[in-house]
Amino acid sequence: MIELITLQSGEQGLVRALHGGRHFIGRLAALGFTPGAQLTMVRNDSFGPVIIAVRGSQVALGRGQAQRVLITRPSNGQGS
Amino acid sequence: MAGKSENKATRNATPAADSLTITLAGQPNVGKSTIFNVLTGLSQHVGNWPGKTVEQKVGKFTHAGQNYTVVDLPGTYSLTANSEEERIARNFIIQEEPDVVVVVVDAAVLERSLYLLAEILLLPAPVVLALNMIDVAEQEGIQIESAVLEAALGIPVVPLNAARGRGIRELIAAVETLSTGQYNYHPRYPTILPAHQEVLAEILALIQDDAPPLYPPNWIALKLLEGDEELTALMEQRLPPEKWEQVYQHFYAHEDAILDIAGARYEWIERMIRAAVIRPKVGQVGLTAHLDKVLTHPLWGTVVLLAVLGFVFWLTYALGSPLQAWLDGLLGLLGDYVATLLHGAPVWLVALLTDGVIGGAGMVLTFLPILLIFFAVLGILEDTGYMARVAFLTDRFMHSMGLHGKSFIPLLLGFGCNVPSILGARIIETKRARLLTILLAPLIPCTARMAVITVLTPIFFGAAAGWVAWGLVVFSLLVLVGLGLLLHRFILKGEQVAFIMELPLYHLPNFQTIGLYVWQNAVAFLKKAGTIILGVSIIIWIFSYFPTGDPTESYLALTGRWLEPLGVWMGLPWQALTALLTSFIAKENTIATLSILYGDLETVLPTALTPAAALAFLVMQMLFIPCVAVVATIKQETNTKWTLVSVGMLLFISWVAGVLVYQLGHLVF
Repeated sequence: MIELITLQSGEQGLVRALHGGRHFIGRLAALGFTPGAQLTMVRNDSFGPVIIAVRGSQVALGRGQAQRVLITRPSNGQGS
Repeated sequence: MAGKSENKATRNATPAADSLTITLAGQPNVGKSTIFNVLTGLSQHVGNWPGKTVEQKVGKFTHAGQNYTVVDLPGTYSLTANSEEERIARNFIIQEEPDVVVVVVDAAVLERSLYLLAEILLLPAPVVLALNMIDVAEQEGIQIESAVLEAALGIPVVPLNAARGRGIRELIAAVETLSTGQYNYHPRYPTILPAHQEVLAEILALIQDDAPPLYPPNWIALKLLEGDEELTALMEQRLPPEKWEQVYQHFYAHEDAILDIAGARYEWIERMIRAAVIRPKVGQVGLTAHLDKVLTHPLWGTVVLLAVLGFVFWLTYALGSPLQAWLDGLLGLLGDYVATLLHGAPVWLVALLTDGVIGGAGMVLTFLPILLIFFAVLGILEDTGYMARVAFLTDRFMHSMGLHGKSFIPLLLGFGCNVPSILGARIIETKRARLLTILLAPLIPCTARMAVITVLTPIFFGAAAGWVAWGLVVFSLLVLVGLGLLLHRFILKGEQVAFIMELPLYHLPNFQTIGLYVWQNAVAFLKKAGTIILGVSIIIWIFSYFPTGDPTESYLALTGRWLEPLGVWMGLPWQALTALLTSFIAKENTIATLSILYGDLETVLPTALTPAAALAFLVMQMLFIPCVAVVATIKQETNTKWTLVSVGMLLFISWVAGVLVYQLGHLVF
C-alpha cells in the first residue's frame, strides 16, 4: 500500500484504507473514498492541495489528508 | 399519509392545517436551492434554525388548490452527527415527520450524490428523487434513463433542469401522487456487509425496547455501529447500564465498521445505477476537465484569479461609484427640502433630521448600489462553480495562517461589507478556523472604509492620493496576514484544519438564484440601516448636538478632548479622535464628524494635521474597530468573550499602528 499523495497527475489507484479519526474517515467515506473505490489523481503539483477524481466527482484534498488515504496501484503484477 | 400532518410540532415552519410539508434534502452543489427558489419564489423566509448558527429557509406555494410548505434542509454529504448541519437535517426528518422528502441529486455526479439517499431511505418518510442538472450531465457526456432508475429504486424519480424551470411541474405531480398514496412505493433498501449483519442484529435486539419515539430502531442500531456521537450519548442515557455495556462492547469490537458501512452503501448505489447510466467513452474529456487544466493550475490559475478579482472590483466601482455619488447628491437635496419644509420648527429638530437621520443612516444607504453589484458578481462566480477553484488556489497561502482555502471566500465578501463576511464564515467546518476567520474579517477594508479613504486621501496627499490609498489597502491586508500568523502560532493554536472540498462541475449560473441572493442581502442591509444604524446615528447626533447646539462644545467633543492626551502620541487633535469614535456607528461617519467639527474639510484639514499625523489617522481608520453592525454580527456568531477580544484587539492594533506610523513618519516628512 502507498500513500495517495505519491501518485502523479493522471495516475490511478484503488482505495485500500483510511487513517485518522472517525470524523475524518466518515467525511471521506461519504465522498466515496471507500475500500475498492477507483480514483484518479487529477492534479498533484508537488506543493499545495491535490485534486482527486472519485466516483464521478472531483475532490480537493490537502496534502496532509492525501497522506492518510492508502491505496494500491491498479494490478500490474507488483504491489502488495 | 395526508392525515399525518395533524399531530406535527413544526417549530419554525408552522404550516396551515391543510398544508403538506415538503422537505428538500441534498448534498451541497446539487442545485437544491435553485429548486427551492423556483418552487417558493419571494414567499421564502430566511432565518436560523432555533438556537443554531445554521441558515433555515422555509417557503410556501399553492398548486391545484393544495397548499405546500417547503423546508430547505442544510446541504450535507451524509447523515452522521459530525456537523451541526447533518444533525439538523436528520432530526428534522425524524422529529417533524414531513409528508414528503425530496432528495435532490446531481445527475452528473449521480453515484456520489445518491449516497445521501442511501442514508435517508432508512428514515420514516416517503422519498421522491429529484434528478437535477440533467443538462450538465449531458454536457459531460453522461446519460441517465430515469425510468430504469425508478424501477431499480422503487421510489418516484423525476428528471429536472431546475435552472431552466424544467421538470418542476412533474416534481410537484410526483409529490402529490406519493402523498395521496397513489404511488406503489416499495423502496429497495441498502443492506450492510454480511460480516456486520450479525452484530447489527444483536445491537438491534438490545436497543429495541428503549429506542426513543419516532426513531426507527434499525437506524439507531446502524448509527451506533458507525460510532455516531449524538446517538451514542442518547442511547447511553436511555439504556439500562448492563445493556449499554453490551452495546458498547459490540461497538468497540467493530471500530472499523464505519468504512465498511459506507462501502456497502456505495455497492448498493452501483447496483441501483448499473442499468440506468450510460457513461462517456474513455478518453472523452468534459468541459470541466478542460477548464480546470488552466483554472486550477498553480501559475495560470493564479493569473486568472487575480484578473477575475481585478475585474470584479473594477466593475463594482465603475458602475457603483457614480450611483453612490448620485444618491449622495439626492440626499443633500432631500436634506435641504426637509429644512425648508420644517421652516419655523425647533432648530434641534431640523438638525436631528438633516444631520442625524439623513446624514447618518441615509449616508449609509447610498452605499447600497456598490454592495449589490459586488454581491451580484460574486454570486455569479459562486453559482458557476468557480468559487471552489478560488478556495483551491488560495489554500496554500491561507495555510500559513492555520486556515484553509474555504476561509478565503468569506474574507473576499468582506470587501463588500464585513457583515456577510462574518456570516459567510459558517462554511468553515471547525470551530477554531471559523473563529479565526471571524477575528480577521474586520481587517478587510469594506466599501465604507474605502469611501472614507477615497474622500480623505486627496485632501491630505493631493496627487499622491492614489498611491497612498493603495498602500493603505495593502497595509491592512499585511496586518491581517500578520495577525493571522500570530493568532495561529500563539493563541488559537491547534492542528491544521483538514482541507476536504468538492470541486463542482462548471455550469451556467441561474439568474433567479443570484437575484434572490442579492435581494436577501439588500433586505438584510436595509433592515440594519433602518433599525440599529438609525438608532445609534440618532444617539450619536444627540451627543454631538447637546447641551449647547455647538458641536465643538458637545458631549461628544468633551469625550474627544478627554481622550486628547492619547492623541499626542499620534499627533492627532481631539476632532480626529472624535471622528474615529463615531466611525464605530458607520465608517462613513468619519467624514461627517470631521466636517461637523472642522467645517470645510478641503481648506482646514491639511493645516490641522501634519502629513505624518494624517497618515497615522488614515491607518488607524483602516484598522479601527468595525462598525456596530459588524460587532453585533460577531456577537451573534460567537459570544460576548470573543466579541470583546475582537474589539480590544483591533483597538490595540490600530492604536499601536497609529503611534508607529506617526513617530516614523515624523522622521521622514
